[in-house]
Formats: sequence, C-alpha cells, structure tokens
Amino acid sequence: MVGRDTDTDRDEARNTEEPAGERQEGAADGASTDLTDRDAALVESLLDGSHRALARVISRIEDRSPGYRRIVSALHDHTGTADVIGITGSPGAGKSTLVDKLALALRDRGDTVGVVAVDPASPYTGGAVLGDRIRMASTVGDMDVFFRSMSARGQLGGLSMATADAVTALDAFGKDTILIETVGAGQSEIDVVRTADTVAVLVQPGAGDDVQTLKAGILEIGDVFVVNKFDREGAERTRAELDEMVHRREESAETTHPAGHHGPGAARVVEATDTSDDGSSTWTPPVVGTVAETGEGVDALLEAFDAHATALCDSGELAAARRHRHAAAIRTLIRADVGALASDSIAEHGGIDALAERVRRGETDPYTVAAEVVDPIERCVERATNRTSSETSQPDTESRRDCPSEKD
Amino acid sequence: MSVDTDERPVRCLVAKVGLDGHDRGAHVIARAFRDAGFEVVYSGLHRAPEEIVQAAVQEDVDVLGISILSGAHNTLVPKVIDGLEAYSALDDTLVIVGGIVPDDDEDALKAAGVAEVFGPGTPMSETVDFVRANLPERA
Repeated sequence: MVGRDTDTDRDEARNTEEPAGERQEGAADGASTDLTDRDAALVESLLDGSHRALARVISRIEDRSPGYRRIVSALHDHTGTADVIGITGSPGAGKSTLVDKLALALRDRGDTVGVVAVDPASPYTGGAVLGDRIRMASTVGDMDVFFRSMSARGQLGGLSMATADAVTALDAFGKDTILIETVGAGQSEIDVVRTADTVAVLVQPGAGDDVQTLKAGILEIGDVFVVNKFDREGAERTRAELDEMVHRREESAETTHPAGHHGPGAARVVEATDTSDDGSSTWTPPVVGTVAETGEGVDALLEAFDAHATALCDSGELAAARRHRHAAAIRTLIRADVGALASDSIAEHGGIDALAERVRRGETDPYTVAAEVVDPIERCVERATNRTSSETSQPDTESRRDCPSEKD
Repeated sequence: MSVDTDERPVRCLVAKVGLDGHDRGAHVIARAFRDAGFEVVYSGLHRAPEEIVQAAVQEDVDVLGISILSGAHNTLVPKVIDGLEAYSALDDTLVIVGGIVPDDDEDALKAAGVAEVFGPGTPMSETVDFVRANLPERA
C-alpha cells in the first residue's frame, strides 16, 4: 500500500493545482488505514462469526465499494490458517457436483468449509446466472458450509484479486478449508484458480481432445488431476493419458508407479509425496478417479489434497508460492492506485478528449502528452524517495505461519 | 457495459421452494433478470425454506424471488421470511413472489413482508421495473 509520506505529497501536489475531480476508490482508499466505525463493526462481527457480516464483506469486496481495502487489510491479520483448494475443469466435467461432495466429506471430518464459485458474466449486459449453487445438495441447511457465487463481471485482471480477497474473508472467518471453483477456460480463470495453494484439474472420460487442450495452460497448473465420472467408458484410458502427460511434464520422474491400481479412488498418492534431499519437492501430480455423483473416490481425493499440502510445506514451496501471490497482489493494487493518480492527472490536464484533440490538430504528440501527464506524479515520487532514502524501511524478516507447524 | 462501472449489479436469488417441480417460470424470470444486467443465483428445484434462507444470506442478495406454483405459499413463504428475520436480513432484502396466488392470500403475504406478488402473464419488464424501483437501500 501507499505509505503516508507519499499521501501527504500527493495531497500537496493536488492543492497546488486544480482540485481533482472525483477521486477514484483505489487511491482514495490508500490515504488511510483507519476503518470507519461502521466498517470496524462489520469486521468485528465477521470475526465473531456472523454469517451475514461475512456475506456483506464479500459483497463489499466484489463491488470494490469505498473502504473495502481497509476491511480486507484489517482481516489479513486473522488469516493463514485455511487450506485453499482450487478446482477447475471444462464445463460439464462435474466441478459443482464434486465440490458438493468434497464439502460433505470435509464436514464429515469436522472441517468447516468455504466455497467461492466463479461464473462468467455476459459481456453485453453484465448480467449472469450463477448456477453452481444448484448442485449444493449434500450440505443443506449447514451454515458451516458457506457457499458464495461470484460473477466475473468483466473485471480485467481484477477477478483473481476479488477472489483472493473473498478467500481472505473466509479464512479470517475461520473456515478450515476453502474451495475455489471455476471453469477452466481463459487466462482470468487460470489466474483465479492460481490463488489456491492446491489446484485440482477435472477431466471427464473420453475427453481425448479435452486432454489435448489441457496441454495449453492447464496442465501446468494442476497439482492433482481428477478423472470424474470414473464409472463411464474410457475412464481408465483417460487416466492413463493424463498419467503419461504428467510424467512427461515431470522430466525428473524417477518414481516408478505400481501397476494394478484400478477403480475410483486408486490414487498414486503415497509415492507422490517424496521430497528429495535438497528440500525441493518432487511432487508428481497424482491422477485420481472419482464419481462425484455417488461420492466415490472423494476421500482419496481429499488424501491427495492433504498430501500435496504436506509436500508444499516440507519443501518450503508454500512460502515461495505465497510470496509470489502476495507480490502479484501488491503489484495489482499499486497499478490500480497509480492508474487512479494518472486518471486524476489526465483530468487536471483537461481530460483525455481535449488532449487527443490537441494531438489531432497537430499541436502536440502523444508522447509529449503522456510525459506531461505523468510529470506531476514523477515529481512526487522523486520528492518522496529523496526524503525517505535515509530511512529506508526494510521488510522485516519475521516469518509468517504458512505451514500447520508454524500456525500457532 | 464498461469494464469498471461504479454501479453495482443487482444481486438476486431466484428460488423454487417446496415440492412443485414446475420451473419454467423460474427459468424465464432468471433469464429476464440476467438480461436486465442482474446477477442471478438460481437455487434449483425442491428447496426447503431453510435452504432458501441460507442461500439468500450467504449470497447477500438484494432481491429474493420465490417461485411457487404448488399452492403451499401460505406455509412456505412465511417460513422463509421468518428465517430472513432471524438473520436480520429481511430489512434489506426485497422479497417478491411469483406464481398462482389468490387475492386473499396475496394480502396476507404482503402483510407478512412480501413486497409484491406477480401472477401468471405478468410482463417480464414489469417485474424488472418493480425490482429496480423498489431496491432496498444498503446501509
């Protein structure tokens, strides 16, 4: 987030020039870390376990409503305890049904569950029918399963951020396991599912071409592969194809796989958890067969998730992965803030239309205009960095509890 | 629709409650809402009142549209309303009912907290306009 010094400078810069138009939420929000009383109460009741407060916080996140950043930031302190699992796959692969059964299995072992299901929105009207909830039938009336449908709302790049923030809210609320469900098509969906620690990619049998398309993009992100509808024809073959692909992906696949595992749930979990001597993981994504409709193989899938979580921790990859994610989040936020500043500056320079018209009339060129617009921002940054260069703050080395052993 | 609008979309839950299996009306209204730019969560068939309440609370919807054609509205709808009340969610949820409801029952439902009842043949635009005009103010 933007530091206080920068804020002060920004305000000074603003005062010397024309008053800015309406401030954008992003930058305005960065000006203070204090919650309003109402938002503080909202955070308080979320932490107290109010489902309604949780639901409202997620709405605020989705809407990017004023103050939502401070809410997420206040919740951040209470996170880090949930296992986050992403589930993706082509339409009709059975994601929603599987999520339903996973939620049931997790509840059976005493875990509380959060689900974020992301569906696409119409690019024309912005409207959406969010149907993932239809399959949630196994955990009826159980408020310890918190299911939330989210629409993509055409937010470029912002969707993964909103999902991550919703996960933060669920984590802070105290959910043990959080499932993120989304259709596995397109970059934004991949970004969404990558906000999870463990990613499961769902395939249905006989999807020969499907498996081919998996090569592009999705194969790389799968930590666990699931052949759902395993009772259908061609299931074994699909699993074999996936197995082969996974092993081609893992060039260092020295592990041998015992033959003879057949039927749902026959996952190669045990040998997949090897950790080599140098501490780096040699995780080989297991391929698990499930029949989501009946719940067959779901326990084995949960075991595979657990095994992956353990492997991530043991190898130290979890820390690295989370660092990556936080870096991406910081970048996204800063880009939004700086973008808002730039918009202000454009307005101060007469608005984009006027600037474009000046270029059209040959009075100036786009490069000069861009330089002029960015100049006030640049000067602020320079002033701020000169002032604070002596007291550069180093990120403290305090480690965060990524792994269960460090949690408490 | 531009990428970043400040206006938040209307969120609504279209719910089928009880034993009636006729969901054509629910589908049609769900599509109409979607085309109006709303985000529509569809519950699926045969939901119990508690499920509807759970969904409405978790999804934090502005509008709850209950489609009911079985004639059991007098028992089921008040249960949903009581449930919303229990989560103090009734105040900022617009509850509407679609289906075949006799006039006397309609008055009773309205007294219980239903904002409007839409009978068969109501033009979709009428329902959409009603929702837009009566959206609960969010604190």
